[in-house]
Amino acid sequence: MELITPGLGLIFWMTLVFLLLVFVLGKFAWKPIMQSLKDRETSIHEALNTANKAREEMKQLKAGNEELLQEAKNERDAILNEARKIKDKIVEEARQKAGEEAARIVENAKESINNEKMAAMTELKNQIAESSLILARFILKRELSDPRKQEEYAKELLKDIKFN
Amino acid sequence: MRPSSFYRIISCIFLFFLMVFVTAPKSWGQEQTVISSSNDSAFAQSTTEKKEGKFNAGEMILEHVVDNHEWEIAKIGSLELTIPLPVILFYNGRLYCFSSGRFHNEAHSYKGFSLEKEGPNKGKIIHLEADKNNPASSKVYDFSITKTVLAIMISALLLILIFISVANSCKRNKNKAPQGIQSLLEPLIIFVRDDIAKSSIGEKHYEKFMPYLLTVFFFILFNNLFGLIPFFPGGANVTGNIAVTMVMAVFTFILTTINGNKHYWLDVVNTPGVPWWLKLPLPLMPIVEIIGIITKPFVLMVRLFANMTAGHIIALGFVSLIFIFGAISTALGLSVSVVSVAFMLFMDLIELLVAFIQAYVFTLLSALYFGLALEEPERH
Repeated sequence: MELITPGLGLIFWMTLVFLLLVFVLGKFAWKPIMQSLKDRETSIHEALNTANKAREEMKQLKAGNEELLQEAKNERDAILNEARKIKDKIVEEARQKAGEEAARIVENAKESINNEKMAAMTELKNQIAESSLILARFILKRELSDPRKQEEYAKELLKDIKFN
Repeated sequence: MRPSSFYRIISCIFLFFLMVFVTAPKSWGQEQTVISSSNDSAFAQSTTEKKEGKFNAGEMILEHVVDNHEWEIAKIGSLELTIPLPVILFYNGRLYCFSSGRFHNEAHSYKGFSLEKEGPNKGKIIHLEADKNNPASSKVYDFSITKTVLAIMISALLLILIFISVANSCKRNKNKAPQGIQSLLEPLIIFVRDDIAKSSIGEKHYEKFMPYLLTVFFFILFNNLFGLIPFFPGGANVTGNIAVTMVMAVFTFILTTINGNKHYWLDVVNTPGVPWWLKLPLPLMPIVEIIGIITKPFVLMVRLFANMTAGHIIALGFVSLIFIFGAISTALGLSVSVVSVAFMLFMDLIELLVAFIQAYVFTLLSALYFGLALEEPERH
């Protein structure tokens, strides 16, 4: 029966030691341990949260970078297009100008040619007139006895007069 | 419905078998002494010698399982290596303190007190001039530092040393990975916190009970494991002592009772979901509930005690087998020893598991009772 009869002394000592144990461990062991466990858990939780946030930020930053790059590319393309257009325009303008200039030069040339031609014609007319006068004078100078000879002479004179 | 009802039945069956098992060898032992004393009735001296020489398994097992006034380390022939422990007695309003080594004489007595070696008071200290007619006035109140008390003190000291060192290393490694013994014990602490306290009591109240639950868990675990070590600092059957388990169960009972909220007591008095005729003319259900309140800690007490004691008894039984067969013939004893050692190893491994399971079960059930006491009524 001793096995299942709790002894008075043992109950007393067990109660005493156990209460002391709960008190001492509770104050000096469980409290700091539980506190440190809690602290560590919150710190791990926070660290994970921060890491997640950083990852999210990185993703956003990357997306922003790509956007920026795309924008720059677009801008470059726009600038290139613009430049090409300007170049085309300039070339076109130059060509037009050149054409116009050429046309003008041609016109000028034509005009001057005409002028020269007119001058030449005037001169020619003057010369013809002069030579006609000279001719007439010569004819007049010669005897107009022989009509045949006269004709011959006129022919000869005419030969000399070359229309150019 | 109630997890404890299952355990209650199991424990009752266990206790029954245990009592049969424990009392049977004792009666065999007594028979043997009767036989031997009738044979050598003339020489009392030779009787005791003969009795000491003879191996009595039942007595040996019981001596190792129950409390003792001295701590036996080894007995080699006539040489007894024992640690005498202090005896503290209250008798007739006076305090007596002396070493239990003083009882080592022919009459096993000192200052009129005697340590009983036989009979129903075996192992107890009685006063030789005790008044047989008036046992109440001459009762000896024994507050001795017995084997179990010393083991409790040693384990308490160890627990304090270990867990204060863990606490210090916790402070040192703030927000860092645990180191050394801290990394061994922290998972257990987290297990008690998350899987026992938080899940049974709930997030709101669990912190209040953590010191008690952790202390109970580690006290039981340490003493269970220490009980498995057969040498001096270990070997005492602390958690297999009914006084020890009773004190812890009473603490659980007190904590449950003082923390019980209105809902808890209302459920005891007026159990919901039960027909009215079970409550009104005859308060049948309330009586059952009140019995339930008392059985809960009772079951806690018996379960731990019975499990640990049974484990010790079985292990000691296997040791005894060797000597019983050895008494018949040395060769038989040696051959049996192989089987016995194998079985003992097996039992020790099971006991290792049981050490953890029992610590877990006691803590879990305590937490469940606290949880029940603090349960808020469901809002519909």
